[in-house]
Amino acid sequence: MRTTGRVLVAGIAMLAVGIVSGCGERSQVVEYKQGKYQGKTDSNPWDSAPGASLYTTSKWTGGDKASWESAIRTRSQGQNEYNRTE
Amino acid sequence: MARMKFLCDAERCIECNGCVTACKQENEVPWGVNRRRVVTINDGVPGEKSISVACMHCSDAPCMAVCPTDVFYRTEQGVVLHDKDLCIGCGYCFYACPFGAPQFPQEGAFGMRGKMDKCTFCAGGPEKDFSKEEFTKYGSNRLAQGKLPACAEMCATKALLAGDADTVADIFRQRVVKRGKGSEVWGWGTAYGKPDNPKAQPPQGGKS
Repeated sequence: MRTTGRVLVAGIAMLAVGIVSGCGERSQVVEYKQGKYQGKTDSNPWDSAPGASLYTTSKWTGGDKASWESAIRTRSQGQNEYNRTE
Repeated sequence: MARMKFLCDAERCIECNGCVTACKQENEVPWGVNRRRVVTINDGVPGEKSISVACMHCSDAPCMAVCPTDVFYRTEQGVVLHDKDLCIGCGYCFYACPFGAPQFPQEGAFGMRGKMDKCTFCAGGPEKDFSKEEFTKYGSNRLAQGKLPACAEMCATKALLAGDADTVADIFRQRVVKRGKGSEVWGWGTAYGKPDNPKAQPPQGGKS
């Protein structure tokens, strides 16, 4: 009987804490810090594996920065028609 | 890899506006917003020069400096991007930018400024890659597909070059050496820094 009472009291206490914490106030505005980017973080272009998007022609290893840079460099050279024609 | 840059070769640009169209189509840019446009100097006069202008992704970007809500960030590749969720549409970046890159959609009954929109170097934005949110807010993320910006890849005369600055400079250098003229790139000093000898004059009798 005493144990049941304790459990009941503990349950009511936990419920009360839960209800009160739900009434807590959370900041509704963004707190700006001067000179520092405040937005969401962005992922790196090499994080996604090739083929994650339709019509991807460049080949690199997902997550490997060096191989992505190499793929972009190869693609960039496509703009040089002297390389394409000679 | 150094950093991503655009370079427009005024000797080659024929003012076809293919880059503008490619950008519009690729990113589904709304009516009234031009992330890229072609500017012609001495229009109609023999020897006129055209140049395709968009965000130059400055190394020391004025838009980043003046933004009161600090929405701008620079990626590891040197691409200047921004978080539209935090943009308040104040227009400071528009006044600060020497290239007129920031664009504002006219929204609402009284033509209120919407959130700033600009060239992303086809690198999307701070949303999950290839997500609907990223495309709606920022457009296509071609860099994450291993591609270069659509404007440069679509350029018929390859006047507009994009990519790693070192690679772009190599291509342009080879081009200038082959044709023997046109090394004075308009906007070079602003985008890439001042020349070592600012008093240097172009050779007399040069054609460019």
